[in-house]
Amino acid sequence: MSKYLLRRFLFAAIILIFGSLIIYTVIRCLPTSFIETTARQRSSMPGAKSYAEILEELNKLYARDTSILDGFFKWFKNAMQGNWGTSWVFTKPVVEKFREVIWYSIFLNIVTLFVQTFVSIPLGITAARNQYGKTDYFVTVFSLACISLPTFFLATVLKFIFAIKLDWFDLYGAVGRFHMQLDAWGKFLDLAHHMVLPVVTLSMLSIGGMMRFTRTNMLEVLNADYIRTARAKGLPEDIVIRKHAFRNTLIPLVTYMAYLIPNMFAGSLITETLFQIPGIGFVAYTAVTQGDIPFAMFYSFLTIALTQVSLLIADFMYAAVDPRVRIN
Amino acid sequence: MAFWNKKQNGKKSLDPNYISAADSARIARENRKITTAYEKKRSRKNVPESEYLTKMRDPKNVVEFDDVHTYFYTDIGTVHAVDGVTFDIPASSTVGVVGESGCGKSVTALSLMQLVQRPQGQTVKGEIRVNLGDKAYDIVRTPTEAMTHIRGNEVSMIFQEPMTSLNPVFRVGAQIDEVIRMHNPEMNPDQVKARTLEMINLVGIANQEGVYGMYPHQLSGGMRQRIMIAIALACNPKVVIADEPTTALDVTIQAQILDLFRSLKSRINASIILITHDLGVVAEMADYVVVMYSSRIVEKGTAREIFHDPRHPYTIGLMKSKPILNKKVDKLYSIPGSVPSPIDMPNYCYFRDRCDKRFGRCNGAYPPQIQISDTHFVSCYQYAPENEK
Repeated sequence: MSKYLLRRFLFAAIILIFGSLIIYTVIRCLPTSFIETTARQRSSMPGAKSYAEILEELNKLYARDTSILDGFFKWFKNAMQGNWGTSWVFTKPVVEKFREVIWYSIFLNIVTLFVQTFVSIPLGITAARNQYGKTDYFVTVFSLACISLPTFFLATVLKFIFAIKLDWFDLYGAVGRFHMQLDAWGKFLDLAHHMVLPVVTLSMLSIGGMMRFTRTNMLEVLNADYIRTARAKGLPEDIVIRKHAFRNTLIPLVTYMAYLIPNMFAGSLITETLFQIPGIGFVAYTAVTQGDIPFAMFYSFLTIALTQVSLLIADFMYAAVDPRVRIN
Repeated sequence: MAFWNKKQNGKKSLDPNYISAADSARIARENRKITTAYEKKRSRKNVPESEYLTKMRDPKNVVEFDDVHTYFYTDIGTVHAVDGVTFDIPASSTVGVVGESGCGKSVTALSLMQLVQRPQGQTVKGEIRVNLGDKAYDIVRTPTEAMTHIRGNEVSMIFQEPMTSLNPVFRVGAQIDEVIRMHNPEMNPDQVKARTLEMINLVGIANQEGVYGMYPHQLSGGMRQRIMIAIALACNPKVVIADEPTTALDVTIQAQILDLFRSLKSRINASIILITHDLGVVAEMADYVVVMYSSRIVEKGTAREIFHDPRHPYTIGLMKSKPILNKKVDKLYSIPGSVPSPIDMPNYCYFRDRCDKRFGRCNGAYPPQIQISDTHFVSCYQYAPENEK
């Protein structure tokens, strides 16, 4: 067990180092440089120094006068000491900015995960039980539609119907106009009210895949010999499905769900942008497009680390649901 | 056969397995209508018992198959997997069902449990009467709800594949407990566990407590088959169906499992339906033998009659193709040809094209059952009186 963990952590460390090195290299090579943009702005101001002079100053200030490899190791050393630096674009410590925005994304994604799980698993099971029946065809068409719909289209249609025509929700924003004047409970309700459309959008997009996944696995399990044994024992169909079949369908499902964990922190760029929610996806996108190296690096480092952790969790969950798998 | 018809039209493909997409879609549509109707009927709730109560022809039998038809509605046509099978299982006796792969042995047994792959597979005609002591049920008309009291309790089954027949995520003990608890709700957990341990002991496993807490993957194939037998016998069923119980096991384990069967046979008061390819096993264990060929029974009788006086050319061929110890032959006999396609069966003896004794009358309709002795029946024109059709 400890040997297994040690091995996994070693691999994770290697992947982290090389993964962030690649991302660092790519960001350094991007044509949009925050420093160049700033230097150009300052040099165009009246009575400013020349562009080259300012650029040199700024490069020194932001420690960009090094080679890519040197720069990376410098960043890495600082990062390992917990010093993630200050965001260039948002002009505050990276971690502080992250703390500010991450809760929107987590709230959005946790609610989505619940909706997704509680809608798609029962639907997938129902579809598998009535294979080629009316329910099955409905579920299949619905899930295919969900998979194929582009986010921006779905979000726009939802906004058009529910925000413009029916006027049930605000068109965008994470909170309402009078948010600050409300009490704590009112604030929460206001936030929840604004999260409805984004959650519906995100859920509809993710339900399809999971429903298909559940259906396929359930079908496979339902044809297994042990299901016939369970029926031959005289168990009612309900128990056969709920106990014998579902426990076995759960095995691939938990692996699938473990991979959704990093998603939760990675944010959902398009949805957050469309609904103007200042979540991590939206902020990270802004940071990358403006060449904010500290924030972009922190964000990608976190994503890589979380992916590694989720793989580990997937392994443990797998062992928990399948007695044939033992971790060693 | 469809093959000839198609050739005469001259329009359709010569391949007998060819079916156009439009035809297939039409068949699928029709099938769905038929199977949904059956499923609806079967899954009704609170059906009055009178609807599926029946009377045994002979109260000494525990099961009577009477003209059972089980069809599979597939997209390329209706497969008549079991087509008019009639035989009885007398109390405390062993009936061997033999025949080659795909002849309908297993489907006959599964029909008795209503475990045929649904919704495609449906028992459409005939009666399967199960004697429950004071009353008798017709399985064909019994709704699923009432079936749960029969399955595992009155009729139980041992499957072919012990490796995959146990649920991999539950402990062995829990899987035996489950069936006991299901059919004996008045027992408390301690009694259930005691009964389970007793069953594990009965099937010849020494380390009962240890095995009780194990998962199926920790057991060998032979051990798993023993557990399957324990599950099947846990509720003292009236009939145990053993569907090729030794096929997936290696020879030494086969012998052990058969020994176990033999010893259990004298200890339990159940009838056994033994489905197998192994004629040796049948000869040794069965009191009655049913020989099936292409979804029908071609010959049935006591084991003595079938083995010492086989009448149907197929049975004779089967007996000849059995290896015999201490006898030198150049090549083991095998019946020429293969089984006809189960879709669009011809209306003449299904064995005609492979038979070396065929004559003029064989071109007529499928031969009726001809009685040789009190217990011995055969479907072959050779034994029919001349004047009868």
